[in-house]
Amino acid sequence: MAKVVFTPNIQRHVALPESEVSGRTVRDVLDAVFAENPQARGYVLDDQSGLRKHMTIFVDGRMIRDRARLTDAVSQSSTVYVFQALSGG
Amino acid sequence: MSDTLLVSTRKGLFTVSRKAKRWEITAVDFLGDNVTITLSDRRDGRRYAALDHGHFGVKVHRSTANGWEEIAVPTYPPKPEGYEEHDMWGRPINWSTARIWALEPGGPDEAGVIWCGTLPGGLFRSSDGGQSWEMIRSLWDHPQRKYWMGGGADLPGIHSICIDPRNSKRVWVAVSTGGIWFTDDGGASWSVRGEGMRAEYAPPEQTHNPVAQDVHCLAQCRSAPQRMWVQHHNGIFVSSDEGKTFTEITGVEPSTFGFPVVVHPREPDTAWFVPEIKDEKRIPREGKLVVTRTRDGGKSFDVLTKGLPQSHAYDVVYRHALALDDAGERLAFGSTTGGLWVSEDQGDSWACVTHTLPPVYAVRFA
Repeated sequence: MAKVVFTPNIQRHVALPESEVSGRTVRDVLDAVFAENPQARGYVLDDQSGLRKHMTIFVDGRMIRDRARLTDAVSQSSTVYVFQALSGG
Repeated sequence: MSDTLLVSTRKGLFTVSRKAKRWEITAVDFLGDNVTITLSDRRDGRRYAALDHGHFGVKVHRSTANGWEEIAVPTYPPKPEGYEEHDMWGRPINWSTARIWALEPGGPDEAGVIWCGTLPGGLFRSSDGGQSWEMIRSLWDHPQRKYWMGGGADLPGIHSICIDPRNSKRVWVAVSTGGIWFTDDGGASWSVRGEGMRAEYAPPEQTHNPVAQDVHCLAQCRSAPQRMWVQHHNGIFVSSDEGKTFTEITGVEPSTFGFPVVVHPREPDTAWFVPEIKDEKRIPREGKLVVTRTRDGGKSFDVLTKGLPQSHAYDVVYRHALALDDAGERLAFGSTTGGLWVSEDQGDSWACVTHTLPPVYAVRFA
């Protein structure tokens, strides 16, 4: 099970506690989280299901490369960090 | 007459109420958040607030008996695989709600219908009070939409929505930049209007192209819907035939440049504007904040100053930040520098409610 951690800043709008979910890609992991919390989806993903412009995701300390399709690999022992990018001010 | 104002600002929604001696801030909601526009629906008393959380996107909240609840946000349809469209800088346009720029109720015969204009140019309609939204594909898929451009923002956006009080299926929307669009079948089909408007910033071949017009704000007289007023990027225009043709109003002091316009609900010749020097100098002339008012269809204008700062005032009033109440008596406007003024005599005199709000995006009477 991969661990998923969301930025503290998002918690003011929608509760997203640290969780453990299964999945082989970033998309799988996020889909699993949003299946439990549908409201949160639009806070992280845009209307095309890509990562919002000023959000960023790190898997085991590395920024993901595929922001549109979220195909970056996730392992059973990975930690996925979903944070806001400083580009958003 | 309305005793309540909803003031949308960069840092929250402020409710301002008329008290015994003055107007006062009586409630603050969404403090710290960017509220781009509100709607107070007179048909059922519900209020709507559009928020832009930046990193976390655009959201819509609706009032409840105990506060607010987050409801559905207009969402763009999936972009077809391989389809590309680009903004004026060649960057791909993301089909995703970037801002809610207009919220209007449907007609009195359409309970629950809400219209919503967005950046990058999508028009949405809800038939269930914002529980769900449907994109008006006929406008989004219109071949001339590709000629819309950024105006008030990098992306094109729908900022004005006028519902014909005689027939709710007749709707006008205005785009910055993209002209005025009209449907008489509830949104199934659209045609561009606005012959006679003039875009002085466009090359000669485009000057009179209705799609090239940067309409800053479109206002329709409720009791005489054939009368429409436009505050345009380079002037004031008036129509007496439902926006089919416009006549430019010139020679207005201190300026015809600005963003908002409101029209009296029963007197189509009476309209108000908040002028700034000009496109390339967006501040009040000589630091004097004024409202201009015509009562004769644009032949002459009063310059209204009583109660407004007449020295070193650099307030800019955005297109949704000037409001007129349903009675046509009370006006209010808010500015980018956090000022809020109210008039109870059609603009003859003004009282400052506060100088210290966050930048004001929209003002509406509830």
